[in-house]
Amino acid sequence: MSALPPKLQSLLEMLASLERRERMDMLIDLAAKYRDPPPEVAVRPYAPNHRVPGCESEAYVWGEPRPDHTLKYHFAVNNPQGVSAKATAVILGRVLSGLPLDEVLRVPPEVVYDIFGRELSLGKNLGLSNMLVMCQAFAREALNSPQA
Amino acid sequence: MKNQKSVLLDEIEARGYSRPEFLVTTAWVAENLNSPGIRIVESNEDSLLYSSGHIPGAVEVDWTRDLNNPVIRDYLDGREFRRLMRRCGITPDTTVVLYGDKNNWWAAYAFWIFQLFGHRNARIMDGGRLKWLQEKRPMTRAAAEYPPSDYPEVEREDGGIRAFRDQVLLHARNSRPLVDVRSPEEYRGERLHMEGYPNEGALRGGHIPGALSIPWARAVNPENGAFRSADELRELYSGENRLRPDDDIIVYCRIGERSSHTWFVLTYLLGFGKVRNYDGSWTEWGNLVDVPIER
Repeated sequence: MSALPPKLQSLLEMLASLERRERMDMLIDLAAKYRDPPPEVAVRPYAPNHRVPGCESEAYVWGEPRPDHTLKYHFAVNNPQGVSAKATAVILGRVLSGLPLDEVLRVPPEVVYDIFGRELSLGKNLGLSNMLVMCQAFAREALNSPQA
Repeated sequence: MKNQKSVLLDEIEARGYSRPEFLVTTAWVAENLNSPGIRIVESNEDSLLYSSGHIPGAVEVDWTRDLNNPVIRDYLDGREFRRLMRRCGITPDTTVVLYGDKNNWWAAYAFWIFQLFGHRNARIMDGGRLKWLQEKRPMTRAAAEYPPSDYPEVEREDGGIRAFRDQVLLHARNSRPLVDVRSPEEYRGERLHMEGYPNEGALRGGHIPGALSIPWARAVNPENGAFRSADELRELYSGENRLRPDDDIIVYCRIGERSSHTWFVLTYLLGFGKVRNYDGSWTEWGNLVDVPIER
């Protein structure tokens, strides 16, 4: 596996050092930091082409171009009880925003297992890893755009 | 004057369901939090949710960790179910009340699996977590623990309420009723996989030929997640979609949880006699070689 972005690597190392219960508490605390996207990025009802396929918590992703040709990621999670999706949104927003786009593309979707543990269900894994894949799709679009 | 218990039951009975005894209100649960012989069980899609807060005294049954076989795509066996029941302090006589997130999808899924093991003394809490929280009822982060109970080892019985792919194929070929409970977009195969974009766990989009599209969500009140009345449900399933109580019906979704919800509605709230859940659902059918698909 290629080297992960330092912020993500550091988070994964911390999560790996925790007992299951501690890890869950930390993820719940991270989820509590979730905020809806600012109105200049998106307002409800959110555009369906930003909805993450397979995510049962109705997550949405936006990539806002920045002058340095990176993206600032924004997320919405429509399910108020989507704690894992909110935690994922906070983590991805922090570790991927401002990252060179080619580095965004190198993050493997399997990191979701490193964050939440191996007991993730098929559906849950799909939904959460698709949040990352959606971020990568926007990174790929930005890389291929004439301004890149 | 009616006592509190009968008033709470009447609220469910007034909706005209065929088997109202399988559904309880949030108020009933609140009244029975400390009643002996009752075990409240939370089952969620989101594995962090129970730890973030749950009904006092409720134990967690996690779909992946507790109900699935860790290696093959199947459920736990009789020995493992016995171990789970012992851990939860449940005996065959315990009234199990299931609730959870996502309008009780996973609670219904757990309820369905409990029925594979013949635990008939089970209920769903109408409205699930959503309604409980809307009513500002108590929550706690303290995990509940109970002394291990006695529970016999029961062999799982898949025959009656579970459908497998060959049975589904035969069912479709014979034009018997199939109900696709996913969203209309999923049914029409519109959310197709595009290169570089996320997919939905299947290589093909669409639905099983002949399947009716009756999204699960139409069975609940979106405001509070509670089931609609029997009259409204009958209009949906029998009026609009012409399903009959004596039909041999197979329901499916993407992985089997939303269809458990519809299975519960048809079986217990409307009294349909033969409804099976195809838990392989679209993540199996949409990846199978040489099976028919419609769009």
